[in-house]
Amino acid sequence: MSLLTPQRPAEGAHTHDATTLVPSQSRAERTTSYAVADFPLPTGREEEWRFTPVDRLGAMLRDAPTGACLEWAQDLPDGVTLGTASVEEWRASGAPAPADRAAAVAAAHSGGVAVLDIPAEAELDTPVRIRLTGAEREVVHGHLLVRAGRFSRATVVLEHTGASEYSEVLSVVAADGSELTVVTIQEWDDESHHLAQHDVVIGRDASVRHIAVSIGGGIVRINTNASYTGPGGSFEGLGVYFADAGQHLEHRLFVDHGAPHCRSNVEYKGALQGDTAHTVWVGDVLIRASAEGTDTYELNRNLILTEGARADSVPNLEIETGEIVGAGHASATGRFDDQQLFYLMARGIPEDDARRLVVRGFFASVVGRIGVREVQDRLMQSIEHELSGGER
Amino acid sequence: MTTLEIKDLHVSVQTEEGSATEILRGVTLTIRSGETHAIMGPNGSGKSTLAYSVAGHPKYTVTSGSVTLDGEDVLAMKVDERARAGLFLAMQYPVEVPGVSVSNFLRTAKTAIDGESPKLRTWVKDMKGAMGNLRMDPAFAERNVNEGFSGGEKKRHEILQMELLRPRIAILDETDSGLDVDALRVVSEGVNRAKEATGAGVVLITHYTRILRYITPDFVHVFVDGRIAEEGGPELADRLEAEGYDRFLPETAEA
Ligand SMILES: Nc1ncnc2c1ncn2[C@@H]1O[C@H](COP(=O)(O)OP(=O)(O)OP(=O)(O)O)[C@@H](O)[C@H]1O
Ligand SMILES: [Mg+2]
Repeated sequence: MSLLTPQRPAEGAHTHDATTLVPSQSRAERTTSYAVADFPLPTGREEEWRFTPVDRLGAMLRDAPTGACLEWAQDLPDGVTLGTASVEEWRASGAPAPADRAAAVAAAHSGGVAVLDIPAEAELDTPVRIRLTGAEREVVHGHLLVRAGRFSRATVVLEHTGASEYSEVLSVVAADGSELTVVTIQEWDDESHHLAQHDVVIGRDASVRHIAVSIGGGIVRINTNASYTGPGGSFEGLGVYFADAGQHLEHRLFVDHGAPHCRSNVEYKGALQGDTAHTVWVGDVLIRASAEGTDTYELNRNLILTEGARADSVPNLEIETGEIVGAGHASATGRFDDQQLFYLMARGIPEDDARRLVVRGFFASVVGRIGVREVQDRLMQSIEHELSGGER
Repeated sequence: MTTLEIKDLHVSVQTEEGSATEILRGVTLTIRSGETHAIMGPNGSGKSTLAYSVAGHPKYTVTSGSVTLDGEDVLAMKVDERARAGLFLAMQYPVEVPGVSVSNFLRTAKTAIDGESPKLRTWVKDMKGAMGNLRMDPAFAERNVNEGFSGGEKKRHEILQMELLRPRIAILDETDSGLDVDALRVVSEGVNRAKEATGAGVVLITHYTRILRYITPDFVHVFVDGRIAEEGGPELADRLEAEGYDRFLPETAEA
């Protein structure tokens, strides 16, 4: 695709063999624990923190409760309930344990778990909406469990706005045969920080789509982990991000294929504009020996609109069985293509409009896959807004 | 009546090492409405450079000379302003624009050129008609601009734009290359149709005389080493076909 002048890492849409980028330590060996003490304070040299400005996250990594909350507002379609559970009940739900210090702190000090239940066989025609707003910049520990009952079909949209230092654990447990879409929108104020661990546990023949839209926030770091409890499961991870000057937007995915005949497909696209805008995408996929018949693909593309912005993109694929259907990845970071701009302008289209067309075109494939109309429209509006350099 | 006047145009490009190399070394050419000019010349002689310079590609720097459209200074205009003033360049290598559909692109361009959005009903009809004439499958309207198009499809798409945008002066850079005989005829008919409909002046840049069987030039210019080496009528093209460019090139030891 001519839009992208390949940079680091090299453009590659290749199917996998032994030459893949495999980190020295297997993803399977990373610590997970409920105990904060099992995660020392990060220095920034650790594999999982090496891109993150940890020096600015001290308050969020402190092992202490704060008692602060975000303001909640929700639309719950008929049959859907929002209740609470204890941390013990959450542990018993099948949700994975925290995988870094921020998540361990959030789980330890949230004071309880908000539980969203979608009943078995429910077919929702309107999305569940949960709007979380922060009033001031203070540390909030958030803990959420979304349970999709057997054969249910639902869409859950989580919106984050305002000022906060929000540390979040979201566990999504999709029962057998369910079809769930979870959208997480980050449109925080510029000063806000958001650290999140999202775990998606996919039941037999269930399919879950996790969609991350990160536009606003000083530091946003969302670690999404997908795992399967039975065969036939499907995970789709979509992401769109737009980083301005001073923003750090980080998305890490870990798809852990432990069950046979499951699929995963990850597509993240980001644009960067302005000095010191920084984005990070890390896509880890592990295909365990037990995961025969796996079909996986991950893709990340970044479009650098101005000088001084930096996009890190790191795909990792570990394969422990040869019996797979397919495994591939592509990653590319490129500058805005002046040839495209020239072509459009040579047809009379003014420069600003031409730029907008190119950037919208860049995002079109992933935005089109979101499939939730209102989210798509809102996202395109946000992108327009970013492009026009508007104040948020 | 429109006149594009290129006078003693000198153009250079920035080389990889950072120095400037002169590519056009004094080109003078006048194109009027209704005229067809063929520019022929060997590879690397600067034909595309001339086309891009008139269109305003940022890679090329005009070091001296002038380009005017009915007396207006084209070189002072931005790329989009030149297009809106009535200049059109069918590119030798059209650019892919991922995620932007042909129909969206054409409508956006038409709106920009006309200064108002086209009437929906007539526009859809015009677009379908023009695509049909160029033997383009209607499915192209929903495909992304030039993405995955074959060489011939890209060229048809360029001429489709010429027909819909109705420029006053069109420069067609090797629109004939990569076309088989049938496609060449279809595309040539498109150019002739557009010319007839609008009375545009046309500059045909080509290597081969075969397109000149379908589009008859009024003038033929031989382009060598960044300038026009010889000019004549259609008969000059036939002579070039028979003799090649050898007599224009610097003497080799054994000519
Ligand atoms: N960046 C550059 N640095 C150095 N030389 C360049 C650069 N860009 C173009 N040139 C040279 O300019 C000359 C003219 O190129 P141009 O594309 O205009 O030729 P052309 O007549 O259109 O050739 P063709 O028939 O192959 O299309 C060529 O010799 C080319 O190598
Ligand atoms: Mg050329």
